[in-house]
Amino acid sequence: MKNLVKRYGMLLTGYMVVASLIWIVLLVVLPYFTMVDYSFRPNLLAADIGGPNDHYTISNYITLFQNAVHFRVFLDTIWGGALVTLICLCICYPVAFNLAKVATPQRAALLLLLLVIPFWINEILRTFAWFIILAYQGPLNAVLKFFHIIDRPIRYLSGNTGVMVGMVYAYILFMVFPIYNAMESLDKGQIEAARDLGAPTWRIHWRVVIPHAKPGIAVGCIMTFMLAVSSYAVPSILGSTNSRWFTEIIYQWFFEGQNWPQGSAYAFILLLLCIVFILIMMKVFKVGLTDIAK
Amino acid sequence: MSQDVELDHVTMNFGAFTAVKDVSLTIKAGEFFSFLGPSGCGKTTILRMISGFNDPTEGTIRIGGQDMRGIGPNARPTALIFQNLALFPLMTVWENIAFGLEARYVPRAKRRKRAEELLELIALTDAADKRVSQLSGGQRQRVAIARALAVEPKVMLLDEPLSALDLKLRQHMRAELRAIQRRTGVTFIYITHDQGEALTMSDRVAVMSQGVIQQVANAAEIYNDPATPFVATFVGENNIFRGTVVSVAGELAEIDTPSGRLRGRNRAGLSVGSAALLFARPERITPRSGAVTAEINSLDLQLNHIDFEGNFANLFLTGAGERTIIMQMANNGSLPRLQSGETVPVSFAAADAVILPDGPLATS
Repeated sequence: MKNLVKRYGMLLTGYMVVASLIWIVLLVVLPYFTMVDYSFRPNLLAADIGGPNDHYTISNYITLFQNAVHFRVFLDTIWGGALVTLICLCICYPVAFNLAKVATPQRAALLLLLLVIPFWINEILRTFAWFIILAYQGPLNAVLKFFHIIDRPIRYLSGNTGVMVGMVYAYILFMVFPIYNAMESLDKGQIEAARDLGAPTWRIHWRVVIPHAKPGIAVGCIMTFMLAVSSYAVPSILGSTNSRWFTEIIYQWFFEGQNWPQGSAYAFILLLLCIVFILIMMKVFKVGLTDIAK
Repeated sequence: MSQDVELDHVTMNFGAFTAVKDVSLTIKAGEFFSFLGPSGCGKTTILRMISGFNDPTEGTIRIGGQDMRGIGPNARPTALIFQNLALFPLMTVWENIAFGLEARYVPRAKRRKRAEELLELIALTDAADKRVSQLSGGQRQRVAIARALAVEPKVMLLDEPLSALDLKLRQHMRAELRAIQRRTGVTFIYITHDQGEALTMSDRVAVMSQGVIQQVANAAEIYNDPATPFVATFVGENNIFRGTVVSVAGELAEIDTPSGRLRGRNRAGLSVGSAALLFARPERITPRSGAVTAEINSLDLQLNHIDFEGNFANLFLTGAGERTIIMQMANNGSLPRLQSGETVPVSFAAADAVILPDGPLATS
């Protein structure tokens, strides 16, 4: 703090601190506290608030474990999120490595541009594009039938398949950039030294590249998982009648059931899930908070 | 058991730029061979071609008689020590050294044992479990060498390994590298821009400039008998006299320069009328004493200033046409007391001077 005052003077430092505090308190802390507070209250009619039934309870939380359907959806969401993260990792690791180490600067710039351009279009519109592509009578099935790879069209939008495809597509950049960033700082000489000492490509990655890129991989996985499990637009557009994402249930509680306390409890459970995932990732990849923040 | 390395008309083009032009030479098994030249002369490119990171545009590289085209760095019997060492920061020292063995599926216990043996060779026995970042520059240097030795290469390639070290350490490492080379008998190919290193450590030196090999010889020959003006000026200090050949007699030739007629060894067999440069080393120029014979060149010069360097002194003399001539004298009690501006008669033997055809010099 003293350094800040020294560098920028009292007035500017004061402004920065106050502005940050307002932002954090007003936009992050207060809403969360309100939500947590709501989650522990029963869902009462306006008249009953303040009355004898208004006391703190954890019944909203127990509901998830008692409701078989909801719990099933919760587990499916975790599983789906993990799968999306894994697929994203498998796709993005080679891309990031190519960008960071293999491609010439011009080609890397071109690749980055190609990766970023789709994101100039709204995410919901891009998800609709996938809805069209994956439709039963859609272009993907048509192309596959034309080349006689399949005989009958495949129903992609059944179950969580379409949802996961849409998510992998939507969150590619969130996986590529952290890994690319981490790999950029890897000295190319180490890769060459490892090759010179006789290591084949897989061993070079396993022993030299991945250990170096670990913070980036951890960050990418965390971002992708969190975005995947808390995504609403993609599951509701690409999901079918037999698929449900946990976020959609939260939505139902709030807007169709008018049960804000219940919805808050589910939302808080989702938040806890993400925190647990982050902690697990940090343990597994042996990265600290500062590594992630970078 | 080390092996020969043969470069056969090797050329390397990067697009329109030619980094290495038609290089042909053979490095003998067990030899300590250096490529000496300024930055950008192509020596690193040659090293990368021998180690397998680049394939030559033209020509063949053979190691132990076997054509290496298409064989990658991990399959060649070479080990490269990078200029910035490229040690693995996320592995311990012994894991670094044993990495090559790990790639060859040697079991862990054996790897550890071999790493410890090599640590003893480089005198770092208690560093096995340390991280690379905990070591000093000289220690990291030795770990890099041990890492390369672990895979028992036939040819060791060293890319300016000492350039990042301070003077005392550099001198110590010179001796160590030479000792390791003699002990293991591995062919060492060493590239550097430091002539002191190249001359003291090598069996033979190849001087390079702009992709072309200027001369391949042992240290004494490179210094005393340079083949081109580049070699004469890149290695050590040399006084240059520019002129035209007026007569040729046996091994000597005489050229006409602004400083008068000077004689030197006609190494290149120049004929009368050729544009030539005469080179005389500062330490071969002495204050004139005794009679002037046909084999002695003599000049009357004016003293500009003296640089006293401790064990020797450089006298900066001015000759005809304002050219500066340096005379080096050992601090053995015979240093004359001279004033700036005094006339100093000097002489040097024709046998100590070399006449070469006019050509590009090393820019200092």
